[in-house]
Amino acid sequence: MKPDLGRLLEGVAARIIAQAEELTALDSAIGDADHGLNMKRGFEAVLADKANILAKPLPEALKAVGMTLVMKVGGASGPLYGTLFLTLGKELPEDPTLADLARALTAAVEAIKARGKADFDNKTMLDVLGPVARHLSDGTATFASVRALAHERAEATVPMKAIKGRASFLGERSIGHMDPGARSSELMITTLCDELEACA
Amino acid sequence: MKDKVGIVIVSHSIDVARGTADMVRQMVGDTVPLAYCGGNPEGGLGTDVAKILKAIDEAWSDKGVAILVDLGGAETNSEMAVELLDAERQPKVVICNAPIVEGAVMAATEASGGGSLEDVRRTAEELSPQ
Repeated sequence: MKPDLGRLLEGVAARIIAQAEELTALDSAIGDADHGLNMKRGFEAVLADKANILAKPLPEALKAVGMTLVMKVGGASGPLYGTLFLTLGKELPEDPTLADLARALTAAVEAIKARGKADFDNKTMLDVLGPVARHLSDGTATFASVRALAHERAEATVPMKAIKGRASFLGERSIGHMDPGARSSELMITTLCDELEACA
Repeated sequence: MKDKVGIVIVSHSIDVARGTADMVRQMVGDTVPLAYCGGNPEGGLGTDVAKILKAIDEAWSDKGVAILVDLGGAETNSEMAVELLDAERQPKVVICNAPIVEGAVMAATEASGGGSLEDVRRTAEELSPQ
């Protein structure tokens, strides 16, 4: 069965909305306690515009998701996740292969770095998305290995000291908490793996 | 007034944005185009690309617009807003690396004296540690 964009989009949105409280709780420990609420608002707007988004070919649909997140999230995660989807839309062909996905995600990671003026090991979403992009490129990726890696890299942000974002104001006190953006990235990747595996 | 650089204030809080704009007006009156915005799309604390685009439009001047921001998300959303402007407007908008209140007052004072966009930015950024 060919993966259905509507199903993938609904799956990711439902997962983010369902975990909104957890994401906000993570953000209240080291940030401004709005990550879950903001992402929920963004993905609710995506769902509200679903018919319009799904009428477009994949690249344009991803760009539409990105623009909706940019306009609706209301925090830095709007432009950051918006950049992820906008770049995927710019880089992916209509019917992508795994190699296309690896290349597009690598490009998106670079675009997010530029947007957030951040790098790896700064305790951000990049610490999940970067390793996943590299793993997709190395030729050994399975659904299980991608899920495991996303989980492991999100957990790996716990002992990191935040260098970017509001959490960096806490300095050493940011250590010991998972980065909320790393967790939301893990949730998206895990859900995509679950949905794609169910279609395989 | 449109021969002066415009000032846009972007805070996570509409109250901070409005209060900062009041302080700017007290200093420079109506001599510079000025607009402010704050809050997420639902009106809670946060910033909103659509509101920032509207504020840039309101404060537009052919001499350019200088944006003053408070915390990270205000800067990231402002950068996103600038990228969504027409190609001809983009180079005429700068985001100042300066404290929002002091930066806005200093920037507006420089703008009201007829300073260029670069003068306005430099004046605001004199407040930031180098």
